[in-house]
Amino acid sequence: MNNVQTITKGFIKENPVFVLLLGMCPTLGVSSSAINGLGMGLATTFVLLMSNMVISLVKGFIPDKVRIPAYIVIIASFVTVVDLVMAAFAQEVHEQLGIFIPLIVVNCIVLGRAEAFASKNNVVSSALDGLGMGLGFSFALTMLGIIRELLGNLSFFGIKLVEADGILLFILPPGAFIALGFLIAFVNRIKKTA
Amino acid sequence: MEYFIIVFGAIFVNNIVLSQFLGICPFLGVSNKVETSLGMSAAVVFVLTLATMVTYMVQHFVLVPLGITYLQTISYILIIAALVQMVEIILKKVSPALYQALGVYLPLITTNCAILGVAILVIKNNFNMIESVVFSISTAVGFGLALVIFAGLREQMELMDLPKGMKGVPTSLLIAGLLSMAFMGFAGLV
Repeated sequence: MNNVQTITKGFIKENPVFVLLLGMCPTLGVSSSAINGLGMGLATTFVLLMSNMVISLVKGFIPDKVRIPAYIVIIASFVTVVDLVMAAFAQEVHEQLGIFIPLIVVNCIVLGRAEAFASKNNVVSSALDGLGMGLGFSFALTMLGIIRELLGNLSFFGIKLVEADGILLFILPPGAFIALGFLIAFVNRIKKTA
Repeated sequence: MEYFIIVFGAIFVNNIVLSQFLGICPFLGVSNKVETSLGMSAAVVFVLTLATMVTYMVQHFVLVPLGITYLQTISYILIIAALVQMVEIILKKVSPALYQALGVYLPLITTNCAILGVAILVIKNNFNMIESVVFSISTAVGFGLALVIFAGLREQMELMDLPKGMKGVPTSLLIAGLLSMAFMGFAGLV
């Protein structure tokens, strides 16, 4: 597989959210607006990129039996970095995302890519894989955020488009489930015709 | 009264799955049958309570006195992973019957974000020891309740004739949305 494919497969073909169904908790939890979705996506992308790189660098030194705990420690370190950096420089988004930032540790995408890709490939392709998957995740979260914000609040990235009330349900928790359900059905449909 | 508010709030009003979005993976993954979801819920009640107690003690007797609270995420996830492993080994030795019932669900629990989520929430809400235990038990019960109701609904949906693209996960998510709407009815009670 060449480098371009390694990056682009995360968007539709192997999209972590729509196709692999990984990392559903943050997807549903923070997608009430496009900005939050994008913020969460980029935070996860950073963790994915860094942990994939480091894991692929140290894969030769870690005994096979303790690799999972070792991976988790590496991932948790980068999550702590993101948590502290965001608290310092992007306080508003950090407050909105709240508990979901430390929970990037248990996001199955990160550990999943470490185990499935970074532990078998070299640094460059692992980095590209992390970047691609992360961007695919950000894409999914932002899409869901845009749809929910548009329907729920009639706004786009916080800019009010029409001065009226939206369908409040889509901002509330049930709207997350329903919007994601239809979005996945839509992606299934595209994949079948493509 | 205070405890009643915590219990009621955690089970119904702020249900961990349907309004906090924690623990969605097992919620969608093991909820095909009512029976398996009961097993999973029992395992979660057990581990969640234990994990919250241990992380609470670590927070207040180790991290805060030493001034290293920024290590919260790393230490919690290691504690939870170790704890799950330990519970598995002890159960195997002490109660093979219980191990038979819960065994398969235990490894899945490490990656259940509800466990780490509740451990962090307890610290954020400044609960004391007893409140934390009450909160974690009722959160786990809320998780179990949502899981079992959802499994029951899904068993029925298996029999329905659905459009191809909607089969499987999309329908499950729509059902979850309706269930979440039903739970919204509890909002404002606490």
